[in-house]
Amino acid sequence: MAKLSEKDVLHVAKLARLDIGDKELPILQNQLLEVVDYVGQLSEVNTDDVEPTSQTMGLENVLRIDEVAPQNCLPQEEALSGTDKTHNGYFVVGRVIKK
Amino acid sequence: METPLTIEETHKGLIGKKFSAVELVDSYLKQIKAKDGKLNSFLTVSDEVAYEQAKSTDKAVAGLGKDAVKVHPLLGVVVAFKDLFLTKGIRTTASSKVLESYVPAYSATVVRKLQDAGTISIGKTNCDAWAHGASGENSDFGPTKNPWNLEYVPGGSSSGSAAALAANFSLISTGTDTGGSIRQPANFCSIVGLKPTYGAVSRYGIVAMASSLDSIGHFTRTVGDSEKVFQVTKGADDYDSTAKDFPDDAAEIKPHLKLGIPKEYFGEGLDREAEKAVLDAAKVFKKMGVELVDISLPHTKYAISVYYIVQPAEVSSNLGRYDGTRFGNPRASFGAEAKRRIMLGTYVLSAGYYDAYYLKAMKVRSKIIQDFLIAFENVDAILAPVSPTPPFKLGEKAGNPLQMYLADILTVSANVAGLPGLAMPFGFNSKGLPLGFQLMGPRFSEEVLFALGKEFEKETEYKPKVAKL
Repeated sequence: MAKLSEKDVLHVAKLARLDIGDKELPILQNQLLEVVDYVGQLSEVNTDDVEPTSQTMGLENVLRIDEVAPQNCLPQEEALSGTDKTHNGYFVVGRVIKK
Repeated sequence: METPLTIEETHKGLIGKKFSAVELVDSYLKQIKAKDGKLNSFLTVSDEVAYEQAKSTDKAVAGLGKDAVKVHPLLGVVVAFKDLFLTKGIRTTASSKVLESYVPAYSATVVRKLQDAGTISIGKTNCDAWAHGASGENSDFGPTKNPWNLEYVPGGSSSGSAAALAANFSLISTGTDTGGSIRQPANFCSIVGLKPTYGAVSRYGIVAMASSLDSIGHFTRTVGDSEKVFQVTKGADDYDSTAKDFPDDAAEIKPHLKLGIPKEYFGEGLDREAEKAVLDAAKVFKKMGVELVDISLPHTKYAISVYYIVQPAEVSSNLGRYDGTRFGNPRASFGAEAKRRIMLGTYVLSAGYYDAYYLKAMKVRSKIIQDFLIAFENVDAILAPVSPTPPFKLGEKAGNPLQMYLADILTVSANVAGLPGLAMPFGFNSKGLPLGFQLMGPRFSEEVLFALGKEFEKETEYKPKVAKL
């Protein structure tokens, strides 16, 4: 049985930058625990001397010429079109350093 | 007018002047407006764009006559895009409140390729938000219903694309398959669904779910049409370094084909009628002269665990970019399932758990791939069920995430190994719900799967069916 305390759940939520409500917390804790427990079955597979697979293409170092292709760039106006929060042609972001 | 059901019928009608592309669009829109209230398969209907493209289609027919379909192989083919595909100027939501009002400034490579081939974009279809789900119920804009029985789910995550096709709201539709999200809804809606080889089709401009598993495919009513669409969408793309052209040594169609039947796919939990459909299909293949071979894929039972580690890990990374700064709403807008997967993924990647879960899963992934490589030394393709059960009722699994995850148990292996899979309809069960099977092959063996599928349709005198609403 895996262990996943409420404190662990809140820690993971902080890493993921998600807010978890008080009512949500115990439900989420149980659901995560159930899944983590299930996938724990992998521990029974012998993987000594097995290389991990991160991708199935077998491709290595796909390169291109380092040139700017203007047709592949969005004009400033289009790049900013997804938000109302702009200032002098820039994105406005939240404050990250405390006053 | 009677709406055509295949690309060939569409081309015959257009070239033979039985109908114009504008009339074709009229007919689809009329259907959608009259009946989609029952299904909720569309999130956005793009009337204006559709009519604009229909007028160009009619111009092409007037100017080029029957050569028009040589220049534009998918001329006049009406397509509905899963709302994960970025469409320039048309809202793209991923069925999530986070992107509720997002209008992309560019289109996905696949969207562009289909448009260049002459298609007409009819709209954007509902799905599980961010493609997280096996029933369509995780959409932030309400569930899609199964056109064959409105009390049942259409499958997911490409729920709207599959339902829209079964109801004849479009000629083709697109989907993404990360763990079964094309094949399972195709199976639940009695249509053909292709999950291509990982890397055969560009992922550029499609909202990413799990980047090492995402496969970009489509729904059609016949295998021949699936092949025609694939001819257009496949190929290398400068914008996706994992996409590549078919290799020279891609599998060829041999005169004598061998089909493997993996015993692990017929175990406990497989519905009797679903099993019978696959075994009956096997008999048809045998009659066609295909040799049936019993095979074993011993690590099959671990695929779902590998998947529910690797996939949420990649989800948590891909959804990390949504912060509401450049576009979209803040992270508080994520729905329950997206949150669950982000949390699960963040957990398995976090310090102290990485080796036990993520690294372990990547190693077992290698074992699963090895199983397939050994099997394909002896067989050309594999025949298997798609879903352990026929469509289930709306709400039946919605409260239990683990039960919902297990619905993917027979489809995830193909994603974990990067293999192509073709889901085909084959009859209905005693409740009138769709049945079918899937063919899986080695990487880049799509031509073999299409050949087997087309021959199967011929042998069974298959005719596409439209659900009555």
